[in-house]
Formats: sequence, structure tokens, C-alpha cells
Amino acid sequence: MTTQTTERRTHRFPALGLEQGGMQISRSLKRLIYWELGIPLALLSIGIYHGLMQVIYRAGVLQQPAFAKLDYYQGLTLHGVINAIVLTTFFAVAFGHATITFYLKREINKTLGWISFWLMTVGTAMAAWAMLAGKASVLYTFYPPLKGHPLFYLGTALLIVGSWIPLYDWARLYRQWKRENPTTKTPLAVLGTLVNFIIWFVCTLAVAYEVLVLILPWALGWTPTINVTLARTLFWFFGHALVYFWLLPAYVMYYNFLPKLAGGKLFSDTAGRIALFGFLLFSVPVGVHHQFADPSITKGVKLFQGILTFGVAIPSFITAFTIAASLEYAGRKRGAKSLLGFFAKLPYLDPKRFLFAYLICGLFIFIFGGLTGIVNSSSVLNNTIHNTAWLPGHFHMTVAGPVFLAIIGMSLYMYSKTAGKKIFMPRVTVIIPYLWTIGILIFSTGLSWGGLIGEPRRTNLGMTYLNPKHALYTPEWVPTTMLGLLGGIIMFIAATLFLVVFFGTMAKKRTEEAVLELPVSESIHDEKRIPLLDSFKPWLVTMAVILVVAYVPAFIDATRNPGPGAPRFTPDNPMPVQEVPAPTSNVIKGDKTTSYNKTR
Amino acid sequence: MIIDKFEKKVILITGAVLSLFIFSMLYGRSKYNDLPECLPFDKAYTEPKITKLDDKTYQVYVVASMWQFQPSQIYIPVGSEVDFFVSSKDVVHGFNIHEKNVNLMAVYGNINKQTVKFDEPGVYKITCHEYCGVGHQNMQAEVIVNDPAAK
Repeated sequence: MTTQTTERRTHRFPALGLEQGGMQISRSLKRLIYWELGIPLALLSIGIYHGLMQVIYRAGVLQQPAFAKLDYYQGLTLHGVINAIVLTTFFAVAFGHATITFYLKREINKTLGWISFWLMTVGTAMAAWAMLAGKASVLYTFYPPLKGHPLFYLGTALLIVGSWIPLYDWARLYRQWKRENPTTKTPLAVLGTLVNFIIWFVCTLAVAYEVLVLILPWALGWTPTINVTLARTLFWFFGHALVYFWLLPAYVMYYNFLPKLAGGKLFSDTAGRIALFGFLLFSVPVGVHHQFADPSITKGVKLFQGILTFGVAIPSFITAFTIAASLEYAGRKRGAKSLLGFFAKLPYLDPKRFLFAYLICGLFIFIFGGLTGIVNSSSVLNNTIHNTAWLPGHFHMTVAGPVFLAIIGMSLYMYSKTAGKKIFMPRVTVIIPYLWTIGILIFSTGLSWGGLIGEPRRTNLGMTYLNPKHALYTPEWVPTTMLGLLGGIIMFIAATLFLVVFFGTMAKKRTEEAVLELPVSESIHDEKRIPLLDSFKPWLVTMAVILVVAYVPAFIDATRNPGPGAPRFTPDNPMPVQEVPAPTSNVIKGDKTTSYNKTR
Repeated sequence: MIIDKFEKKVILITGAVLSLFIFSMLYGRSKYNDLPECLPFDKAYTEPKITKLDDKTYQVYVVASMWQFQPSQIYIPVGSEVDFFVSSKDVVHGFNIHEKNVNLMAVYGNINKQTVKFDEPGVYKITCHEYCGVGHQNMQAEVIVNDPAAK
């Protein structure tokens, strides 16, 4: 399906794309978008199957290590990697192609687009093979010294490198547009997409370094040991910014599409710009708050990044206010009178605006996701809930709340518009997000409650803690895991229905004009262009300064305080793959590295 | 830049709420378990050991490995203050003492430390809460406070 041969050389750009409802785009770009939406959604079937299996094991319904030849931890790895890395990355790239093309009214470079697609797809296939073959049950955080198959790491790296390429192309188109329109405000959605991929590029540099320089040579046996704390610090440099990379496409939709879908206007466009640049500054230099419980990192570094984490709450507060005000405006326009009456007047169940339902449900879930997140970032409270079931309770209300609903809703929207097809089962489509919301609230209540009473995350509870015949049986966790099971089943049904709708829509015939069309919200106030909020340079410089201040001490800690590096371990064996060779003079502090393992 | 009057109010409220959060976090450090102590690596901590310093003060060197904690049962009298030094022999493990807000990662080549006081008698479970391989779900230890067997 490579492209240049089939692509038509003449690109048609109607001068007034918006007024005509949509924009004509080349077949090659359409196909690129279809594949980038379709591949991760097809894989999602594996992801949600393992989501369902986990709640079944955890509730003690299954009391065994594996089901249908797939191990619990293998399934957990597949669930995390597919849902949180593959789906989100592919979607962000496809959505970025659509927003840049639509708002700048110029098409991306198709060759680069397809190179990026193939890198991501080949990378995903490599990692998927390693996981499905059971050779990389190391979870999506792949903390060393647990070692997966080298292709798992290489595949992940290719997926990430593939997702960098579009930024280069979009930045080129943006600069071109800027030269032609020096005094026009950059469209908010374009700003959002660029900010998002700048964050992504910066944070993935760390994980690329972790994977390519630290882990891969070690996994292949070329270097005998690895500094685990350094690897974890590099991972979380990436890991927290990752959640904003998931979230920002949803934010772009909240600011640019939701007001229009609600029948109103955006309360403040400037607020959106401030929020986006806020994310640029604060998304990355906060990762150490995932390492509050780690050794070898000083309290000062942890506290400083903990406080910066509250800084990243500011853009979310701004968004909450601005979007609520926009919805109020829409509700009043639709005839609402009393103080909160506007809530009753919004188009919750309108199949023609199904995307509204996906976005509003996500926002509702995000209230709880945000509140639980504030608990996690408070160092003292974190002592209670760190790595317990509370954590998946929290992040399912973010990544599986606003992020997931925005991704699936928008995937369906983009596909049906660019393919010119009507939605399959429109009434079911608009019900799905509500079903999902009910499911996730029950599920996360169970996990959060369980976390508060010590239920661990990432654990096959059914074999021991939830097995009445086992010595470790813990009856307090029965109600919590049962809630998880109930919520999980509802979520599984909702997600399955979505896959039926999406692939059902794909199977339909084209009945409408196939155009790229996104909802465009106007602003209530006609706000002037503020040059500071329409320029990347000052923000990028500030971002770099904060990053250096926040992270240089963390990397110094992670390099200086740990002792010997760790050899390789596989998940099934307490003995290392290979004993650490005798220390040589250039190993860290020669005297301390002596055969830590051989003393066993 | 147009700032609506409601927007102004909300900005003030947001500032106040954030300050409250940050204040609470810093204040809480003195009242509850703080972040773990940061110690440079020392091989001495990597052998499991319980040391009684005096009647009410203990030091426990916990070594996590696939798939057990050593020592797996820690007997102490009521009112004891215990320094836990936690390390790992292999992969990353978790160390969560229920009801005591002790939450540490056990990492190869690193020493983690937290001090905690046990004022109530009882059995406090220690659960490994980081995935550490196929036997992860078996990895639990306990602190037994004021068990008659301890005397």
C-alpha cells in the first residue's frame, strides 16, 4: 500500500473548506489515517480481553497462573502496552495529521507520513510477537533487571522513533503557514498538536536512551549489569509526560470541538493557549513523583518535583473552568435559565453529535481522576497508596476515562467523515460512553477502596490472596475485587460494542461525500493575538531551564548513590541469566562490586 | 487580554487551593511518615538481620528476593521503633506494611530506609506490591507486635 503510485498529484484545496463542511484530502492521506486508526483498534480487542481477564483473576474467579495459554502477567503486559502505548501513540499521530492538515489547510508530506507509519507498525509487530510468545512478560514499565526479549525493546523504540517523524513535518508546515500569516493567531488545535508532540519528543529522548543505551546492550548480554535506579529515573522522565501526551489530544477536542458540539462557543481561546504552554513547562519535570518510594534519590529532589506536580494542575484547573463556562454558554443558548440548569440542556443523547457524549463522559470521569491524582502527587499521602490498587483506580479514570473515550469517539468520527460512511448502529454508539462511565466508576471505586486497605496492583490475586484455600487468603479484598469485576465486565461490554460499531462502520458502503471535517468552535470574546502566546521560543527556553533544574540533581543521585549494577533476570527464575563477572578496575568503586550474587 | 470577573475569582480560588495543598503536604511530613531516607549503597545492609538496639529500638535489614522477604517474620514488643533497611537480591520488589503507611521499593544495588513506630499490638502484613516474576503473588511477610512468643 505504499503511496506515491496511487496518489493523485493534484491536491485539491477548496478555498473555503470550513463553510463547505469539510476539506478534500488525497487518497494517500485518507488511507494513512484509516490504517493508523484501524490497526490499534484491532489490537485493542486483545487489550480489552486481557482487561476483562485481569478482573476475573483478581476477584478469585480464576485461581490459576494462566488461562487459554496466556499467563496473567503476559496478559497484563499486553493490556498495558497495547492500550496505553500503541493505541495512544497511533491515535495521536493520526489525529495530529488530521488537525494540522485541516487547520493549516495544507497536506502533510505523504512519504514521511508512511515512513512513520511503517516504523510504528513494524515496531508494534516486533513487540507484539515478543509479548504473545511469552518472552517479554515485563509489563509496560519494563523495569530492569527483569529482562524481556530484545525485540520487545527494539520494537518499542521503533514505535517511538516512528512517532517522532511527523513532528518534523508538521513544524515545517507550521513555519510555512506562519510566514504566510504572520499576524494571525495560530489555530488553537495546531498549537495543541505541536505542544503535545514537543512534549513527546523531549520525554521520549529519555526512554530512547534508556532502551537503546542502557537496556538493549544489557539484554543482549553485551554489558553485564545495569544501574536500575538510573533506568527507573529515565523511564519516569518519560512516564509522566506520557500521560500528558495521552491527554492533550483530548484537551484539543475539549477546547476546539466540544463547545461547537454543545451548540455554543469557546469561553476563552487565550485560556486554552495559557493551558497548553503550561503543559509544555510542567509535563516533564515532575516524573520523580512516581519514585517517591524509591531509594537513592534525595528527599529534596522528590519534594521539589512533587511541588512542580501541583503546577501541572494549573492548566487542568484552567481547562475545567473554561470548558464548564463554555458548556454553560451553550446550555443558556439552548434555553436554560437557573444557575445550573444548563447541565440539563446539553445534547447528551443526540446520535448526530455522538462525539459530544464521548467527550462529556470523559470530562466527568476526569473529575475523579484528577482528585485521586492530587493524592498520588502528595508525598505523604503517597505512602498509603503507592503501588496499591489505588493507582490503577486512579489512572483508569484518566487514561481509560477522558483519554480513551476521546480516542475511540474521535476515531469513529474521523473515520466516518473521511470515508463518507454513516455510523453503524448510531443509537448504540451514543449509549456506549455512558455505559463505559458506569463501568469505570464501579471498577475504580473497587480498586481505590482496595488500595486504601493494602490490595496490591499488578498481582494475580486469585492464586493466593483471593483464594479461600490458600494461607495468604485476605477476605477484606473480596468486596473490592468484586466491584472491580462488576465494573470490568461493564467496561468490557461497552468496549466490545464500540469495536462492533467501528468495524461495522468500516464494513459499510460510502454514502456521503468523503471529506476531512472537524467541528470548529468560535470564541465568545474576540480576543486579540498576544505575541507571547503565539510563539514557541520563550516557552521552549523556559521548559529547558526548569527541566535542567529539576532533573540534573535527580540524575546525579541516580548515578552516585546506587552500588553495583544488576545482572539480567527472567520472570521465572530467581537466578540471574548469567553471573556477574568478576569486577575489573573500571567498575564503580571496585571494592563494592565484588560478586554480590555469588554470596548466595 | 480579557479576563472575565468570574475568571478572576476562579484564579484566586485556584491559587488558594493549590497553596493549601502544598502547605498540607509539607506540614504532613512532620506528622506522618515522610519520604524514605536516601542512603548511599553499603553492602552491610544486604544480609537479612534483626538487631535490637535497646528495649524499644530495632533495626531490621530486609532483603527481598524472588519470591520472599528475609526475615519473613519480625517479632517486636509494643511501642517499638523500627528502622527498616530494604534492599533486593534480584529484580525490583515492593515493601508495603499495611496500616502503617510504609511504602518502599526494594531495588538491587540500592538501600531504602524508613522508620516506623508500632504502638498497637497485632500482625502487620508486608506485601510485595511490585511485579517481580511468576511467584509475585506469594510474596508476603509479617511484623508481629507483642506476640508472647517474642519474650
